[in-house]
Amino acid sequence: MNKQKLLAGPYLVWAAGFIILPLIMVLYYGLTGDGGQLTLEHLAAIADPIHAKALWESLLIAVGSTAICLVIAYPLAYILSRANIRQSGTVIMLFILPMWINFLLRILALQMILANTGILNAILQFFGLPRLHLMYSHGAILIGMVYEYLPFMLLPIYNILCKIDRDVIDAARDLGADGATVFRRIILPLSLPGVMSGVIMVFIPGISEFVIADILGGSKILLIGNVIEQEFSLANDWGLGSGLSLVLMLFIFVSMPLMNKYDKTGEGQILW
Amino acid sequence: MSKKPLIDLVHISKAFDGETVLDDLSLSIRENEFLTLLGPSGCGKTTTLRILGGFVTPDEGRVIFDGEDITMLPPNKRNLNTVFQKYALFPHMNIAENIAFGLKISGKSDAYIRDKISYALKLVNLEGYEKRNPTSLSGGQQQRIAIARAIVNEPKVLLLDEPLGALDLKLRQEMQYELIRLKNELGITFIYVTHDQEEALTMSDTVVVMNQGYIQQMGTPEDIYNEPENAFVADFIGDSNIIDGIMLRDELVEILGVRFPCVDTGFPKNLPVDVVIRPEDVILGDPGKGLLDGVVSHLIFKGVHYEMEVQAGGFEWLVQSTVAHPVGTPVSINVIPFNIQIMNKPASEDEKAVALDE
Repeated sequence: MNKQKLLAGPYLVWAAGFIILPLIMVLYYGLTGDGGQLTLEHLAAIADPIHAKALWESLLIAVGSTAICLVIAYPLAYILSRANIRQSGTVIMLFILPMWINFLLRILALQMILANTGILNAILQFFGLPRLHLMYSHGAILIGMVYEYLPFMLLPIYNILCKIDRDVIDAARDLGADGATVFRRIILPLSLPGVMSGVIMVFIPGISEFVIADILGGSKILLIGNVIEQEFSLANDWGLGSGLSLVLMLFIFVSMPLMNKYDKTGEGQILW
Repeated sequence: MSKKPLIDLVHISKAFDGETVLDDLSLSIRENEFLTLLGPSGCGKTTTLRILGGFVTPDEGRVIFDGEDITMLPPNKRNLNTVFQKYALFPHMNIAENIAFGLKISGKSDAYIRDKISYALKLVNLEGYEKRNPTSLSGGQQQRIAIARAIVNEPKVLLLDEPLGALDLKLRQEMQYELIRLKNELGITFIYVTHDQEEALTMSDTVVVMNQGYIQQMGTPEDIYNEPENAFVADFIGDSNIIDGIMLRDELVEILGVRFPCVDTGFPKNLPVDVVIRPEDVILGDPGKGLLDGVVSHLIFKGVHYEMEVQAGGFEWLVQSTVAHPVGTPVSINVIPFNIQIMNKPASEDEKAVALDE
């Protein structure tokens, strides 16, 4: 092994201990029964109505929060990419700043804001408006997830929009394209790779989310992440927890290449 | 070439962040002309082109195109097309889609577009490249595609912003001939921006030398080279010896204490002037045989000629000759009257700053 490769040593040790070994363990527990015999029973458990419903809810929440993030982030990223760097830098900083605070603290803070006797309702009451019952609903989970994941959607789109050559946009205008056409035919297709990485960064963690659902959704809404977590921590059924994790992983593995493919071939022709 | 003006820039001024880039610039461009805006970076030539293209709105002044005021018209409504320095091809489209872009927007039929694409590719010698991606092409090929993409829209004027700037020397020279051929075949007006004086002299019908937002001189390449109007033009176009002189009377100028016969007339007597002598016009001979004696202080071989520096009369003369005189050789300097160019000294300190700053 040459010296440069040796530099990867610390990471290889880390990866072996904390990525590869755990994956093998999940595979082992997921695919074996109590006596150690091979079984598909844990995988099939996804068909259980409670588990299926949880997976469906997770998918809905992940798709919903991804869509909301996209709708908020794209126009903002577009405006920021065209503003001068001093203004856009400040706004980007405002987005990154909360990420320096612990994730749990931020979600707990959000709970304080959204609670029935929380800050938001206090403000509404002050203006004589009716209270909102936001906590322990799908809405609360969505708000939490959008709040948490918005920067991951914003930054890749902002970066790719900044990288688009101004001359290319000028060339399109020069060839007769008005503002809307320039956006539809040039800016949007060229920004799709950024949109795709944003979508992946939000959708994939989103589908296995359980902490936000726990805190903001209470025990009313069960996501697949909650089910898995409970199998490990409460029911102590590592087999079932691992089996459901494998099913979830399958979803992620299937969606990744799909998005990559969409990204490469879709870059333009789809919108042409 | 018709004498009819196609474009008139009328008293154009433009400042960016309080810094004046163009100051009261007026310029008239005729139909079918190959006009080059030439100058060092920051002289305002690119801003002038961007004002023509519609990407920059002037602070003052008007742009008249074919008798119509287009000062406020956005780029997509103007009947002229631009070729950008870095090609600016659309990276997510193939060559055919790139060329078709303008035609599709103007709603041309598929058959028409197909014909136009093959015509344009033939014109730029890139037949069969329809399905290729821009990134798979060399710089020169990409620039040809950028030209093809612009001309299929049949603009009255093609704006070219240093289109050969990123190409290597050999390719640049080839493309110069290519552009002249294209211009003649298309019969449209080319407005070309460059900082390369050789490019400007080779291709243009008219050269506009600019510096610091002002037009320094406008004329045919021969005029600009042979009859520079001020020290800046003389210095920027080719190499020059620029020497202080006094115009003693018509057809006689005193340089470095020696009287040189010249052909210029009409200057007041004893007027201080700038005298320009091109290095290839300085004739070296045996000592005592010329107007001025000196000693060779530097000798460099340049390929087509030798370049020498000669110390004579307290001035360092730049000389180009096919005959080498070794360093230390005593020589005489002679210049035939026709090759001495007399220019007025800059009238004000402002103009002087313009002239000396490059």
